[in-house]
Amino acid sequence: MATAKDPNLRPIRTSSSFSRNPSAPSVAAPSPPVPGVKPGPSGAAFVSSGIPDLDKILGGGFLLGSVVMVMEDADAPHHLLLLRNFMSQGIVHRQPLLFASPAKDPRAFLGTLPSPVSSSKEERQRAPGLDPDAKDKEKGLRIAWQYKKYFGERQVPELHDRGIEQDFCSDFDLRKPLERQMFRAQQIDCISIQDSANLAVLREHCSTFLSNLSRNDGGNVNAGRIAIQSLCAPQCGYSEMDWDMVSFVRSLRAMIRSSNAVAVITFPTSVLSPSFSKRWQHLADTLLSVRAIPDEDKELAKLLTGYQDMVGLLHVHKVAQINTQVPVILEATTFSLKMQKRRSLILERLNQAPVDASSGTSYATSGGCSGSSKGSPLDF
Amino acid sequence: MNPPSNLLDEALGLGHGGAMAPLPAGRVVLVEDCVETSGAFVLHHLLKRALSAGEGDGAVLFLALAQPFSHYDRILRKLGCNLSVQRSNNKLHFFDMLKLEFPGLTEGNDIEGGFVELYSKIQRAIEASRSKEYSRGCITIMIDDLSLLEIAACGSIDCVLDFLYYCISLTSELDCSLVILNHEDIYSSEEAPRLLSHLEYLADIVIKTEPLSTGLAADVHGQLTIFNKGTCNRHGHSMNKIHNFHFKVKENGVEYFYPGSQY
Repeated sequence: MATAKDPNLRPIRTSSSFSRNPSAPSVAAPSPPVPGVKPGPSGAAFVSSGIPDLDKILGGGFLLGSVVMVMEDADAPHHLLLLRNFMSQGIVHRQPLLFASPAKDPRAFLGTLPSPVSSSKEERQRAPGLDPDAKDKEKGLRIAWQYKKYFGERQVPELHDRGIEQDFCSDFDLRKPLERQMFRAQQIDCISIQDSANLAVLREHCSTFLSNLSRNDGGNVNAGRIAIQSLCAPQCGYSEMDWDMVSFVRSLRAMIRSSNAVAVITFPTSVLSPSFSKRWQHLADTLLSVRAIPDEDKELAKLLTGYQDMVGLLHVHKVAQINTQVPVILEATTFSLKMQKRRSLILERLNQAPVDASSGTSYATSGGCSGSSKGSPLDF
Repeated sequence: MNPPSNLLDEALGLGHGGAMAPLPAGRVVLVEDCVETSGAFVLHHLLKRALSAGEGDGAVLFLALAQPFSHYDRILRKLGCNLSVQRSNNKLHFFDMLKLEFPGLTEGNDIEGGFVELYSKIQRAIEASRSKEYSRGCITIMIDDLSLLEIAACGSIDCVLDFLYYCISLTSELDCSLVILNHEDIYSSEEAPRLLSHLEYLADIVIKTEPLSTGLAADVHGQLTIFNKGTCNRHGHSMNKIHNFHFKVKENGVEYFYPGSQY
């Protein structure tokens, strides 16, 4: 682990007898690694969500065998950002993909998938994403008191570890669409759920998709991805059938548990009754929600730094805990969605600007979904 | 060898006198949890207690709707209990109901029929357990979790309640205990939480896990409230007692402590 190693030493100092062992036992897998799949604790395996920051927040990525649910915001389609990156990542890693959407022509959505950034120069510029100017600072602090190592924070990954990270999670450029040739010879199933009277068809598709996964090459089972957009959208024929929908989610969850795939389902919570919304939330292994940020909110502008760059907010309600009873408690659960250089999606912890004691009471009136006593607009 | 008693066991009335009983026979325990704090660890704790009761001293029937066997196996192994061995010794009867569907979603009869079949499976397993000559201990039936059983029944609460009443009859007739995990926040947001009121009325012990009012924290994962009806003090007067304390879940166990007493 990072804290056990002396942070003063870097691999560029070849004269030192200590060198960071790139293949630490916890990372090396006994079997040849499947591209795009990373081993985790307790025999789990991760695939990337397509957003490097989200992978870090969730402790590695999306767990294979788990169901990720994203609660949509009625005002803004930020859940599509998550879906797009998730699907693109699967295509880049040649993982079979099943996509269901309430649109008439789901294949059209594939045209909006982002393309990965290829050049390494860009990647190095991107490096100080979470720790701005960390490398420069660390050079300058060599003489000064280096308090960072005592906090046990994750070290800025070294350059060749960065290479491994790049393979697992690509950096996507949201302005550039994914090249058409990536779609050929690639197993992508698109289904429209708009006209379905019930969910039996979708369930069949998912079932065949998942059983086909296990029949791929004998050695390594390829990881599969299922992406379902707006499962309970009002335009779907079955949207009034509450029990059928929750029954579908339950059976999908059971199918995914015993397979090498991950499912991302987005759903608009406002369409469901509170009781059923809770049922869906309980069925999720990882639960996220996205919220739009109003454009010209002066209160929020005062409250948060960097407000102008923010596209929306992401809240992590639950993180998958398969094979363990210990809950995953994150240091921060609310993150801002930002577009860096207008092209890549980053998640940042919120930095609250110092608030006067006098103006603090004004936030107590704005309602929050969590019902906490703070009632700040950031709770949802 | 008595395990050190912890706050949860004491609140359940299990810690006194060094009794190794997993649960006093004939009790119905309801574990309620919510999205923010999962109550599964209570089930794991009770499962471990029931299986550690010693040779020939009771069995467990586990109706697993939420997770596959491997999940529980891994968790209980870290807690010091080998589920595979217990299963092969017939101390643990594991019903893998992850994909349980009652056939015929539209006809009420088939849902009822499905439940009848499930109940007879349970009854057979209990009778098979009891027939062994040395077994006289308590049999614990655990359901993880009830809201999934309701989904499998496509929302017909009547069938679910009937099934539950039948299982509860087992607690008095065949000396069993019943432990049910339920997601309370699903029902409390309903207008008429029928199932929840029935359950809370029927249960002898209600264990509720909730987050702290201040939110989640790394040191304290939540708070437990235990309502133990029908505990008797020395003079035979019944005392209803409410316990409340905090907990922190770890891989090899759970720490329970009163608020503020954690170093």
